[in-house]
Amino acid sequence: MTDPAAILERVHREDYGRLVATLIRALDGDFSAAEEVVQEAFTAALTQWPREGVPREPAAWLMRAARNKAVDRARRASRLGTRVGELEVVARIEQALAPIPDGAGWQSVPDDSLRLLFTCCHPALSSESQVALALRCLCGLTTEEIARAFLVSPATLAQRLVRAQRKIRTARIPYVVPEPEALAERTEGVLHTLYLVFSEGYAATDGPALLRVDLCEEALRLARLARSLLPRDAEVASLHALMLLHHARRRARVAADGGLVLLDRQDRTLWDREQLAEGLAELEAALAMGARGGYTVQAAIAALHAQAPRAEDTDWAQIASLYERLCVLTPGPVVALNHAAAVAMARGPAQGLALVDDLEASGRLADYHLLPAARADLLRRLGRVAEAAAAYRRALALVRTAPERRFLEERLRELGAG
Amino acid sequence: MKYLLMIYENEKAFESLPEADVQRVMGEYATFTEALHSSGNFVAGEELEPTTAATTVRIRDGKRLTTDGPFAETREQLGGFFLVEARDLDEAIGIASRIPSARHGSIEVRPVREFTPPEA
Repeated sequence: MTDPAAILERVHREDYGRLVATLIRALDGDFSAAEEVVQEAFTAALTQWPREGVPREPAAWLMRAARNKAVDRARRASRLGTRVGELEVVARIEQALAPIPDGAGWQSVPDDSLRLLFTCCHPALSSESQVALALRCLCGLTTEEIARAFLVSPATLAQRLVRAQRKIRTARIPYVVPEPEALAERTEGVLHTLYLVFSEGYAATDGPALLRVDLCEEALRLARLARSLLPRDAEVASLHALMLLHHARRRARVAADGGLVLLDRQDRTLWDREQLAEGLAELEAALAMGARGGYTVQAAIAALHAQAPRAEDTDWAQIASLYERLCVLTPGPVVALNHAAAVAMARGPAQGLALVDDLEASGRLADYHLLPAARADLLRRLGRVAEAAAAYRRALALVRTAPERRFLEERLRELGAG
Repeated sequence: MKYLLMIYENEKAFESLPEADVQRVMGEYATFTEALHSSGNFVAGEELEPTTAATTVRIRDGKRLTTDGPFAETREQLGGFFLVEARDLDEAIGIASRIPSARHGSIEVRPVREFTPPEA
């Protein structure tokens, strides 16, 4: 039960971000140096722990090891004739990391993680860089893992990270939690980044797999972190609720063959009850704090689905009105399409089809496969088989993930048989 | 640390403003510049003549080429700048957002490269 490798892996997952966050502060904002010394500490643990036994406080041990590596580094650098005196650097590192007794005093200070989260999600960085930096620095994902998740080459991603870190240094993006008056604006950016990570994992835009559970889980971890760091922010609670309520359905959403299972056909016994309960509680908390934003409405929609024992018990009327509100809060063609689908369920396919036709006429979703797919589904329900088949074929010409393609092909086949 | 705040605006739109609006904008700039002086952030700042007064110079194959106009034709043109001293990017962004032209044009915030002096 004290397998050093397993413990090290757990500590890496749970504490990597916090270690890096603290070291960045100690090293005066030097991201890459902080990452290096933390990685060196993990490497040291990998050889020492099997030999000498796992320390009682593994994270505190790693913290001390990283701190010593940082001091060594400073000494080496000062011998090489850097301007800043060795004593000065060592003093700063020691001061920054002052309370590291055997216990875990530093762990009780969440400020460093919060600082790191806000710095990674600084609006002066491109949104792809924000996502990559957050996954790299806070979750400890490797460059290869992040590259794979976003379907870019490791070289491209490495370059993106280097550029972002260089910009943090040269433009002097501060390693701080923003002042109260800027906090709301900046929190919005952080939440948007987390939302992007989650959405990419939940509905991959490209590639063989439909869901990237790992990405969803990392986003959830970051949201949980943000939630613990900003406990009184209603929007943070809403986003956390939204992620939990969606992620709880992950096992039911993908069939054994990797195909997509829509909400109405999902086996609801596969839903993660514990996660649903947590999501509902988070939504309650958000509403109690006065949350009324886009994430809140989306979470409320997910909650209504979660609360229906069977698909036919779904409160579509309320969902349709929530989508209507979402169309005002965060207008966009995808929201409008979801609204049309909800209206079709609440008031019949003909009314939904009218909204979809409006959307199609606006030309705003010309390349989006879900528009003809939604149209096809409504036409099918109205018994207009030939038109439905044509719409499915148009959707097939636009679809990009393999499981969704199979899903559409199956619907088209069903149509022919029926 | 120094940041150059470059003010980009559609100069045609600015030129067609009625006199009263021009006076109002000038007043806003005077107030802003004064505040920048008293906060200690001001290093330098100027308004530029429009790009119709611009000349571009290049040396190619050892020969000097002088042409009329700015280097690139864009929708917004560099119309002025402030050079400020700021603690970090967030302070510089805060200053940039108070420049009157930020409300219709855009401000590019660029850190000035710092060269470390050679060791004694």
